[in-house]
Amino acid sequence: MRFNWNFDYVKGSKIAYIFSIILTITGIISILALGLNYAVDFRAGSNVDITVSKAITAEQINPIVNDIGVNEGDVHITTGADRVNVRFSNVLDENQESKFKEEFTKLDASASYEVNTVDPEMAKELERNAIYAVLIASIGIMIYVAIRFEWRFGLAAVIALFHDAFVVISVFSIFRLEVDLTFITAVLTIVGFSINDTIVIFDRIRENLRFAKKTSKADLREVVNRSLAQTMTRSLNTTFTVFAASICLFIFGGESIRMFSLAMVIGTLFGAYSSIYIAAPLWLMLKGKQVEKPKKVAKETN
Amino acid sequence: MKRIISFILVVLVTTGVMVGTSPELLKNIRLGLDLKGGYEILYEAEPLEAGQQVTKASLVQTAKSLESRANALGTSEPEVTTEGSNRIRLKLAGVTDEAEVRAKMKEPAVLTFRSKAENDKEGEYTKIELRGNEFVENAAKVVFTSLNQPMIDIQVKDKAKFSEITKRLIGQPLAIYLDDQLLSAPTVQQQLTDGSAQISGAYSRDEANQLRDTINLGALPLKLTEKYSQSVGATLGKLSLDQTIKAGLIGSVIILVFMIGLYRIPGIIASFALITHTWLVLAIFYMGEFVLTLPGIAAFILGIGMAVDANIITYERIKEEMRSGKSILSSVKAGSKHSFRTIIDSNITTIIAAAVMFFLGTGAVKGFALVLIFDIVTSIITNIFFSRFLLTLLVRGNVLKKPKYFGVKESEIRAL
Repeated sequence: MRFNWNFDYVKGSKIAYIFSIILTITGIISILALGLNYAVDFRAGSNVDITVSKAITAEQINPIVNDIGVNEGDVHITTGADRVNVRFSNVLDENQESKFKEEFTKLDASASYEVNTVDPEMAKELERNAIYAVLIASIGIMIYVAIRFEWRFGLAAVIALFHDAFVVISVFSIFRLEVDLTFITAVLTIVGFSINDTIVIFDRIRENLRFAKKTSKADLREVVNRSLAQTMTRSLNTTFTVFAASICLFIFGGESIRMFSLAMVIGTLFGAYSSIYIAAPLWLMLKGKQVEKPKKVAKETN
Repeated sequence: MKRIISFILVVLVTTGVMVGTSPELLKNIRLGLDLKGGYEILYEAEPLEAGQQVTKASLVQTAKSLESRANALGTSEPEVTTEGSNRIRLKLAGVTDEAEVRAKMKEPAVLTFRSKAENDKEGEYTKIELRGNEFVENAAKVVFTSLNQPMIDIQVKDKAKFSEITKRLIGQPLAIYLDDQLLSAPTVQQQLTDGSAQISGAYSRDEANQLRDTINLGALPLKLTEKYSQSVGATLGKLSLDQTIKAGLIGSVIILVFMIGLYRIPGIIASFALITHTWLVLAIFYMGEFVLTLPGIAAFILGIGMAVDANIITYERIKEEMRSGKSILSSVKAGSKHSFRTIIDSNITTIIAAAVMFFLGTGAVKGFALVLIFDIVTSIITNIFFSRFLLTLLVRGNVLKKPKYFGVKESEIRAL
């Protein structure tokens, strides 16, 4: 089956810009007002994940928490069918930890534990490193694209990339999803995937540009639309394969990479969207300014 | 005909190698703590005395001491690495008694020689004359007095300094402390110039041996504070591993079915190249003795989705060329040629992102980035060169004579 992808993508980008701007503003508001729901990786404290063989209620856990000398208010308990998560906003010391396990074992003898403890200072540093990583990666990509293509492609690609990273962060903030260390990896992978997608489209624009008339913005617009149409099947197919991998990880994968997978699922979709509706039209806008300077020439028929 | 035979041979040999080596690979791949259970601690090191600096040498020395402590506890393959300028990461797999390990590791075991300070009460010594890092490493040994009483012989690094101290303290006690515990407080009888000292006390032979070990293993040159710790139960690790592998298998099957459905025979070649790709990444992990972690497996599975992109780009291009009316052979040639640069450009940008993650990241992030980089590099080998080689063999061997084998309908082909 083959679809006819020839239509005016650039026209559609107007709506996409509005959509993305609204999304970004909502994201900024949400991040400023609500912040991010940091997991223990980024917040000081201890996180205890327990795989249980039978259902255990929060009421059963509360006495243990009190027993080890922690205020109930500082503890957040989530229970599931085969999994219990207890999060302490303070760092548990060794005695508290072993006592907790000891007492919990009385509730469920075959429980298996995963304990994470992070020091406040460490948490801050992790977050800072993550931000640096995204910035440095973006600069590196921008330089590479600027050398291989031209700066306009680089700039457009990086704006699209920031858009994708930001949308995923916003969605996590709005829906109060937990941001952990794997989330950072997900954001960076999304950056990688989004740029990959954008480059394929840009490569085609560059190729088509060689034989195209490029005296007016309308000519360029033609080239962008044609390039998008030509790469559309590939974009959709690749998005599908990455999406399939992410959604399988989300549904069937282990609990500890669930947030990673979810971020990937969202990011994959936005990565494809932004490459088509944000990156390519943005390049057109930048490049259009260059050719447009003298006077607008009417589009020629070909 | 010759080409068909080579095609079949290449496929059979590759399959044979993969089938033959896979069990060995899968059995021997090193799994991270999150997959097999274990204990990980990140320490931050500080100098013992305020105003001193943490040097690279002292950090490495501390890491070595930690490693020998872990070895002494009998844990299998402890992994101790220094990170940055003042951190040490410790990974212990299959630890059963976590509390014991933790206590043993953190036990600073600072051996000090102290003398009485002015305000000290009776039996209290607070003026530190010598510290643990001033003793010769691993030099403590158990010796016996003429009465067959065990005592511990230790060596100091700076003989002159020790000589000065003992000269100054003749007739006074020089107390020996392990952390804040007084081991013995012998009175200095004479100036000691040979740099050795004995700790005596009413020790049994076992106690003496234990003390010797503690001193030998213990003299940590730096003070350690726990900054991050993670412990994963073995059952939980196994569960994560099983779940993620299941997810990977389902995802891979979907991708393979999709590729074959869309691109027919080239799709089958792509699927074969993908399987080879997966095998190759595993082989790299095996040979490089890298540790596979949960985020690593996730990167691995994502990598399958992304690796197939090289084939999608090539095949789409080939289809395009066919539709424009070119012959199959020249379509394959032109399609491969045109898609190559695109694939390299798009992969290099992803490598840049992965490399940044690798250099800035720690622990799990590093592992993830490493898998991503290997994924991209091997995918260039298998999903561009290898799959193109196979496809060309088939095309030249005149097997793929009809466009529909590529998923192109006759009606779509433009007449020239």
